[in-house]
Amino acid sequence: MVRLFGPLVGLFFAVALLWSFGNGAYSAITEPAAPTAEHEFHLHPKDVKFASDGVFGKYDKQQLQRGFQVYKEVCATCHSLKHVAFRDLADLGYSEGEVKAIAKQWGTKQPTFDPKSGERAERDNIASDYIPTVYYAGQGVPPDLSLIAKARHNGGAYVYSLLTGYQEQPAELLKKFPDSKTPDGLYYNPYFANLNLAMPAPIASDDQVAYSDGTKATVDQMSQDVSAFLMWTAEPKADKRKQTGWAVLGFLLAATVLAYLAKKNVWADKH
Amino acid sequence: MSFPWAKEYKPAIGLTQWLDEKLPLPRFVYNAVGAGYPVPRNLNYMWNFGVLAGFCLMLQIITGVILAMHYAPNALVAFDSTEHIMRDVNWGWMMRYAHANGASAFFVVVYLHIFRGFFYSSYKAPREMIWLLGVVIFLLMMATAFMGYVLPWGQMSFWGAKVITGLFGAIPVVGEPLQIWLLGGFAPDNAALNRFFSLHFLLPFVIAGVIILHIWALHIPGSSNPTGVEVKAESDTVPFHPYYTAKDGFGLGVFLLIYCAILFFAPNALGHPDNYIPANPLSTPAHIVPEWYFWPFYAILRAFTYDFFFIPAKLMGVLAMFGSILVWFFLPWLDTSPVRSGHYRPLFRKFFWFGLIPTMAILFYCGGAPAEEPFVMLSQLASLYYFAHFLIILPLVSSIEKPEPLPFSITEAVLGKDESAVLNANPTAA
Repeated sequence: MVRLFGPLVGLFFAVALLWSFGNGAYSAITEPAAPTAEHEFHLHPKDVKFASDGVFGKYDKQQLQRGFQVYKEVCATCHSLKHVAFRDLADLGYSEGEVKAIAKQWGTKQPTFDPKSGERAERDNIASDYIPTVYYAGQGVPPDLSLIAKARHNGGAYVYSLLTGYQEQPAELLKKFPDSKTPDGLYYNPYFANLNLAMPAPIASDDQVAYSDGTKATVDQMSQDVSAFLMWTAEPKADKRKQTGWAVLGFLLAATVLAYLAKKNVWADKH
Repeated sequence: MSFPWAKEYKPAIGLTQWLDEKLPLPRFVYNAVGAGYPVPRNLNYMWNFGVLAGFCLMLQIITGVILAMHYAPNALVAFDSTEHIMRDVNWGWMMRYAHANGASAFFVVVYLHIFRGFFYSSYKAPREMIWLLGVVIFLLMMATAFMGYVLPWGQMSFWGAKVITGLFGAIPVVGEPLQIWLLGGFAPDNAALNRFFSLHFLLPFVIAGVIILHIWALHIPGSSNPTGVEVKAESDTVPFHPYYTAKDGFGLGVFLLIYCAILFFAPNALGHPDNYIPANPLSTPAHIVPEWYFWPFYAILRAFTYDFFFIPAKLMGVLAMFGSILVWFFLPWLDTSPVRSGHYRPLFRKFFWFGLIPTMAILFYCGGAPAEEPFVMLSQLASLYYFAHFLIILPLVSSIEKPEPLPFSITEAVLGKDESAVLNANPTAA
């Protein structure tokens, strides 16, 4: 039965696939897929190095503090960071007092609700609070940035490239795709998936942020710093993960060598 | 069952003697994976993957149970509770990465286990039942992995759930009501997430049960081996313990080194970035792809792009995708060659290495690629070969192929000579 019906079923699928293949090949020749502006002008992230790259990489805490400052003074106007609590900032090297002060002075306050009076009010943030959500009324939907560096391919470099990638729409693009002019209210950026986004270049000029550690706040420096910071918010345990990894691999390597010797010993008389 | 020369369990101390009378559990273990189970002496490293698969299941159950203590299966908070595990739970990041990459490791190991079976025809009599149960385990694994991937409730979770449950909608007449019933709604939402969580917790224990049957069925004929020649005498076997416990121990070490290297240094390499975006029913990702271990089957699903007579393309795709695994159930009867091992089957071997393996590689690549040319046409040709290989080529090859001579016994294959073969060849000389 199997030997009779098996080949028949096989032929059935084979013919159906040939049918799809033939039709597909025919339409691929007669009406080839039209090129799109996204397909031709979208760029992969720039090649940029971070201290945390690689298996030995560690976050540069000084850079993360600078990046946090850029987030606080620039990004936080529109973008939330809801998975990060103020207490987490201690990982960037801030003392307990500094963390408390950052929480207390944070612009967006914690909403409160009194169930007895029904009154809604606000209070200052405390260290155990998560960074409060930002409500944004303008055009577009600014995504929460907590995980952005893991939610894009090569996320750290992506954020950096996006921040430094704003430019005039190339004349070549408009010549080739006259319908693809960047709509009003959107901004051209080849690192963004569909080339046009609602966010204007957020880091536009040098010294937009005044760094306290003496680093020159160039557009490139600020963009790198905030990208590094967002890599940390996406993966705050990366340093601990790599550190643990080396210990685990070291142990496993020793155990595997022993296991190999044990195996050799046991099998010595059987080969 | 066992061979007559299998060592018998002898409880040494009072406690084990007492236990052996009341509940002979140590005897059971001794006969299953101890010195009481004689195993062919010539197993190569491809025979390590059964034990490794069992290890992966335990790893998944342990990490999974711990994750379930912190996870909340509710569409409103599922994504955030996953991040809570990653950030606030002590070693939660390790548990989650171990579980997510553990699923990948489980599939790597099981694919190697299955392809070992293909090459050495481990499915042939008298081991058909082991094979059938193995395919059942694989199907259960796929269901479990799919539902597990939905739980973090990211973009790929949501859209993956929508695409895969949408497959049921392709079934004529009952499809759409069936899909709504399975999801508990018109699209994946809280009802679906809750039942997926419940089933994702249940199915691994069902898998564990079928694995017990798989091993039970294995112990009736005993393990297969790379020559495909059955065990004839005691010299062909070694006791499982210490010989294969030692060999599996080394294999486990190598496996853990690779697994932990990925877990600790590239934990997101096998995942999709979109799953770090919370599920949004109003925003469809540019490319919806399942996890890598489903790519070959996803390629087969998408290979059918035109209606075939009265059968819609989508239904053809669904039939072919399920058919591509169901066909494995019939392998013991499609491959009729009396020789098991691919080592002694010249024609079969060619089709395996130059047909099936490249085909799987192409399907794998195309399944992860966007549904554009040339990937669609490539996956159509590869799917065509896939079905032809199992349903047409295998039966044909087994009937026309002239196998190479087999060794007299496993012992001869290992040592180059077998005393009992010499005795058998010259019965008068004895």
